[in-house]
Amino acid sequence: MAWLKKTDVKSKIPGNLKLNIWTRCPACQAHIYKQEWEKNLKVCPKCNYHGGITCTERLDLLIDPGSFEELYPDITPRDTLNFKDEKGSYENKIKETISKTGLNEAVITGYGKINNRKVALAIMDFRFLGGSLGSGTGEKIFQTAMAAVEHHLPYIIVSASGGARMQEGMLSLMQMAKTCTGIAQLKKKNLPYLSVLTDPTSGGVSASYAMMGDVNIAEPGALIAFAGRRVIEQTIRQKLPDNFQTAEYLLEQGFIDIIVNRKNMKDLIGKILDFNQRK
Amino acid sequence: MDLDFDKPIKDIENKIAELKTLNLKSKVNFASEIKVLEKRCQEQIRSIYSNLTPWQVVQIARHPKRPVLQDYISLIFNSFIELHGDRIYADDQALIGGLATLDKHRVMLIGHNKGKNTKENIERNFGMAKPEGYRKALRLMKMAEKFRIPVLMFIDTQGAYPGMEAEKRGQAEAIAHNLTDMAQLEVPLIALVTGEGGSGGAIGIGAGDVILMLSFSIYSVISPEGCASILWRNAKFAPEAAEALKLTAPSLLKMGILNEIVEEPIGGAHRNHEETARNIKMSLIRHLDTLNQIPLKKLLKQRFEMYARMGKP
Ligand SMILES: [Zn+2]
Repeated sequence: MAWLKKTDVKSKIPGNLKLNIWTRCPACQAHIYKQEWEKNLKVCPKCNYHGGITCTERLDLLIDPGSFEELYPDITPRDTLNFKDEKGSYENKIKETISKTGLNEAVITGYGKINNRKVALAIMDFRFLGGSLGSGTGEKIFQTAMAAVEHHLPYIIVSASGGARMQEGMLSLMQMAKTCTGIAQLKKKNLPYLSVLTDPTSGGVSASYAMMGDVNIAEPGALIAFAGRRVIEQTIRQKLPDNFQTAEYLLEQGFIDIIVNRKNMKDLIGKILDFNQRK
Repeated sequence: MDLDFDKPIKDIENKIAELKTLNLKSKVNFASEIKVLEKRCQEQIRSIYSNLTPWQVVQIARHPKRPVLQDYISLIFNSFIELHGDRIYADDQALIGGLATLDKHRVMLIGHNKGKNTKENIERNFGMAKPEGYRKALRLMKMAEKFRIPVLMFIDTQGAYPGMEAEKRGQAEAIAHNLTDMAQLEVPLIALVTGEGGSGGAIGIGAGDVILMLSFSIYSVISPEGCASILWRNAKFAPEAAEALKLTAPSLLKMGILNEIVEEPIGGAHRNHEETARNIKMSLIRHLDTLNQIPLKKLLKQRFEMYARMGKP
């Protein structure tokens, strides 16, 4: 299910275009001052393309400064299957990814404050094995749901994922059921759950918690899908509409509540939470 | 389709059939020769089927002569009233359901509906369901909850259908919704993988209180071909991927994914539909008897704990 192999946005941007102060938008190819790209939260000022950001960058955008209390930081992937492919062992891949990203899993979880209101949070990071849903990822998302239930908090999950993590086999597929078990507990307790779908959200992640928000919020242009475009094209042998599987397409079909620009995301989430009058 | 590793068995079986026709036609009696060959055949089956590679198990799980849902309906259940449609869009014949009786038990039976030939398979989309199939399944689960009857889920699919229309109507949402609501469904849920347990399309009707697998069925996060084409960059490495994915029932039992393996006859379900059905029936009745005794609160707590444990460090 983790069919998605997205090219890292960063690698597409030629680093030393003209004295290293320019960068290029991967969508419209416009040349942008690096400083402007960063200041604009990695959103293209010309075409509104929303580039990938790290979980810590996302955290800074969403919560009040200094309000993050991390939960379960030590959970890491485990190679239960002793999985080896052509390029080597999953175990080595885990080690490399941890040292490359400085993260222990494809998601960071914890508490934070949005406009001074405490919430539980899970923020995925695509750099960590394509944001794939492994046992550690599922455990963190599930446990954070339980923490939200215990402390009576709204839960916000920001997804960025190619889907289930193949190298963990069925343990990975079962995380779909496990995370939805957590979401069901929130539902039972009438606690708000907001799902933020960013580029990309697909496979086993879109087919579990990411689609289950009371409110599903997406970033402009985000790829949101169940099956991969290529697989579909092979199955039906016809060309797909250009905006197929984009946030805009899903909104049109009725699966997304609202699309919002990155810079307005926190404000929107705060406003939605203000409507919850249940004590 | 004949499996290549099955060839030595097939050869002996053919010889036996030959002698049996000769027996009828001529005056010579081959009874003793037949007996010897039958014994050898059994030995051959035993030796081959006790040493299968995961890739060979995949071939058996996909065998065209393997029993499908319709076989199980007639061999296991005393009655079946099919209920159609998701009340929103359509009736999906790839995933069907209805009211069934199993000895003294009344149940809701839901399952992927592979065909036995090309015509049936086209009508039923090879058992690959669309959102309307998963939504019908959920509607029937809710009805089972209302009627206070357990739900049996027979899983046999390559996966949820990866088509444009399925995507447009929310394949992801349909599966996610089922998983979330199954977690709280107030009746016992039994899932049985009979053939192929293909990824999201399988678990979309698979989050039960009890998960069972037939001994030569498979359950996997991705097809071996799909995994090979991504991680090996070539689908021809499917046998390697099948090995790495640990998708067979004994491996999954060890990993704690399954509760129990339902034994197939020696030589696979395709050799003996009746015996396979009998084994399934016995197992289902036993689990129904047990689950029906559990008070609702405890049942939900057990289900919660079962999924909370999945892959826990
Ligand atoms: Zn641009």
